[in-house]
Amino acid sequence: MQHPLIREIEKEYTRTDRPVLFPGDTVRVNVKIVEGSKERIQAFEGIIIAKRGAGVGATFRVRKVFQGVSVERTFLINSPRVETITVLRRGRVRRAKLYYLRDRMGKAARIREKTTGYAAPTKFGSILVANANNPTEGTKKAKKKK
Amino acid sequence: MTAPGFLGQKLGMTQVFDETGSAIAVTVVEVLDMTVTQVKTKETDGYDAIQVGVIEAKPKHLTKARQGHLTKNELPLFRTLKEFRVSKEIVATYKVGDKVDLSFLETQGLLLSFTGQSIGKGTMGCIRRWGHHRGPMSHGSKNHRLPGSIGAGTTPGRVYRGLQMSGRTGNATVTVQNLPVVRYIADKNVVLVKGSVPGAEGGLLIAKVR
Repeated sequence: MQHPLIREIEKEYTRTDRPVLFPGDTVRVNVKIVEGSKERIQAFEGIIIAKRGAGVGATFRVRKVFQGVSVERTFLINSPRVETITVLRRGRVRRAKLYYLRDRMGKAARIREKTTGYAAPTKFGSILVANANNPTEGTKKAKKKK
Repeated sequence: MTAPGFLGQKLGMTQVFDETGSAIAVTVVEVLDMTVTQVKTKETDGYDAIQVGVIEAKPKHLTKARQGHLTKNELPLFRTLKEFRVSKEIVATYKVGDKVDLSFLETQGLLLSFTGQSIGKGTMGCIRRWGHHRGPMSHGSKNHRLPGSIGAGTTPGRVYRGLQMSGRTGNATVTVQNLPVVRYIADKNVVLVKGSVPGAEGGLLIAKVR
């Protein structure tokens, strides 16, 4: 069992400004990139195909197809290098790991939008955000874009 | 520097982020509350050292000799006693019953070495213990996981020392040297060191400053 003191230390490094993520969600991840002495932000947009781990070390894997080449990237949810995570769309999927998407192209790789049930978006945005008192702007932004 | 090390307890591992955002794997080590139980000097004992005690125990778990040694100075009954060799100047700053000053842990870039009892693995074959390769599983082979030849014949007429064989593994005293301190949390009595340290969670560790 994890020692309570470790949990306390992990809490310090856990970010509370993250939305709750599910496999099947389409997200935009803004990543800080250091080029020499300059720092800039790059966006990575795609579908979450897997989540892994618990606590500070938890990660999620985003897949996108860029210029006909599929790209997958794994991000640490709590990493300071991940500036923001925005949920653009909740997907309706029936499994935790969506590796089957790798074998599908184009139309077959679509995921239906989640409209009902747990974590489905409401007119107030998604209610399932990490910090309930302060729903992330991300979900609201996503609404506007559509 | 006020002490050359401390006694600690391994609490477990986690990861933290540094200023650049890199994730670092760290071991969380609790720094135990150390009381000086004896001060040794060159004149009386032939060398300079402080003996410290940690973790209180019931009388039935200690020998009468140990109990006498501690009750003589009206100290609590400590389960573990450990000596640290320190310079004469440092010895002079301590007297029996004092708490050991841990301010040295605040030093930037401090490197520590940890000694602990590694996790016992029991009897292991050479494949698991030393990473030997196995023999063919089929085609009439009867050598699946055997160690094979242990040396030549009449010359040298003996088995070389240190030959990797199967046997009891783990449960040995292991030291890991020069682990950087990532963070010292004084109010929680906890040190985060980069990397792993020997032993199971809850195991006793002897940490020494390089």
